Amino acid sequence: MDSQPAFDVIPALPELLLFIAGLLLLVLGSLRERDAARLVTPLAILSLIVAAFVVIGGDKTAAPILGGHFVHDSFAAFLKVVILAGSAASILLAQGYLRNQDLDRFEYPLLILFASLGMCMMVSANSLLALYMALELQSLPLYVMAAFNRDQLRSTEAGLKYFVLGALASGMLLYGCSLVYGFTGTLSFTALADLLRPGETGVASLGIGALVGLVFVAAGLAFKLSAVPFHMWTPDVYEGAPTPVTAFFAAAPKVAAVGLTLRVLMQPFGAVAGEWQQIIVFISVASMLLGAFAAIGQTNIKRLLAYSGIGHIGFALVGLAAGTERGVYAVLIYMTIYVVMTLGTFAAVLMMRRQGRYVETIDDLAGLSRRQPMLALAFAIFMFSLAGIPPLAGFFGKLYVFMAAIEAGLTPLAVIGVLASVVGAYYYLRIVKLIYFDAPAEAFDRPDRVELQAVLGVCAVLVLGFILIPGPLLATAQAAAAALMP
Amino acid sequence: MSIPLTHYLTLAAIIFTIGVFGIFLNRKNVIVMLMSIELILLAVNINFVAFSVFLGDLAGQVFAMFILTVAAAEAAIGLAIVVVFFRNRGSIDVEDINLMKG
Repeated sequence: MDSQPAFDVIPALPELLLFIAGLLLLVLGSLRERDAARLVTPLAILSLIVAAFVVIGGDKTAAPILGGHFVHDSFAAFLKVVILAGSAASILLAQGYLRNQDLDRFEYPLLILFASLGMCMMVSANSLLALYMALELQSLPLYVMAAFNRDQLRSTEAGLKYFVLGALASGMLLYGCSLVYGFTGTLSFTALADLLRPGETGVASLGIGALVGLVFVAAGLAFKLSAVPFHMWTPDVYEGAPTPVTAFFAAAPKVAAVGLTLRVLMQPFGAVAGEWQQIIVFISVASMLLGAFAAIGQTNIKRLLAYSGIGHIGFALVGLAAGTERGVYAVLIYMTIYVVMTLGTFAAVLMMRRQGRYVETIDDLAGLSRRQPMLALAFAIFMFSLAGIPPLAGFFGKLYVFMAAIEAGLTPLAVIGVLASVVGAYYYLRIVKLIYFDAPAEAFDRPDRVELQAVLGVCAVLVLGFILIPGPLLATAQAAAAALMP
Repeated sequence: MSIPLTHYLTLAAIIFTIGVFGIFLNRKNVIVMLMSIELILLAVNINFVAFSVFLGDLAGQVFAMFILTVAAAEAAIGLAIVVVFFRNRGSIDVEDINLMKG
């Protein structure tokens, strides 16, 4: 970080666009008496999509922003596109639910817009200060969204739990930041990477103070990732929050948190990979196993998906544990596929509505194939994909992370991963069995919203079609992973 | 006579620990949890300012200002959520946050 004044904001154009759009829409929404939501929602989706296209069309060579506090490179660009698309899809998904539950306030798309801005900043953060500010900008709207159904006890309880534990996580992360700053003397990731780069003589080493700081930072990040042992909030928040909010929580913020973790561990602390590798291996194994075993006894589908999400984060971290370019590449692919699968699954869950009421137990799905064969087929596709059964996309995500782990010499980790996914397959397949072979429960209402069906259809096609045209995703992920490596 | 850095760090570590324990051991009141979160953030601020002075680098103090700002926003959101929770539950005892078991 040099001390020259820097007005290098052009690479931050997508973020500026989101920020200005957010402020304008906030004013617009407040000025309208009624129907504010109907006006603000399409505009919010539009600004997310425009921002995504600005990222796609923009220059992807590494460029510092605001004096090096942020950096825009193809790694950030890749994740930004995934985040923006995921957020836009989450707004679309929510429309029917919000209208039916009388929750269609214009704040909903705006909160997603500001959270997306925070997430875009997270993946391009290049200093501890930027990391913290971006993380908070992402977290604060999420706390509000969890409690969005403010007249319902479950939703407010979810918001309260998420807030208290999330604030604790931010506190731990900050304490870690303060120690890293104090013992290395810099906030900038670039300067940290230079400082820790091994000299001609010896290996890189981190002082004990900075190491403790790194552990605190990793704990705070694990919390945002909902990785074991910092996962306790996930099932409760997923169950309590309104379903579209849960869908959003499970998609874009996870990508952003994984992106931030990748950058923090690979760039400033990349030279001391030995110090953090064992932590990541432990978190990864624990998350995979808990995700596989704890989901078995669940009866609520949102709770089940929460444990499934914990497991998936464990699988993604296998790639990070490898600590190689292949590993980063595998994580990026895994998270992209995960977002598509998750959004599709939640779109299907949002169609579980009976006489105007949303139902969320697994038994409600019994015999779905007799009544709604298309919805049943969609459920089956997503469950098979989440379980990682070829030729669906979920299989390839797992394949790449395990291959990266084996190439990096972490064969035991890959073996545990495969075993965990076999155990996990049990509960995914149980749902498929329930849908296809059990006595039919009462039929669901006909879906009345076309957006929900569109999101469901697009996600199903992407999951099915990945094997046919994997090229574009693989190539961009390759470039993104290369940009992260020193 | 100047106070050495370790004193500041020890103080911050103690306050941080009190804050963390305040969240986990507290069985009474959600407001106490919000106070504990503030304690944690203030402990971090002491760390940053102390490091900043001893390193002769202003960045730490700038960071402390940012933390103060964010802490205010966080407290506002936290209190708002506590208020809506109270409206629905009629109580803010920690034992009453028990609708979902996790």
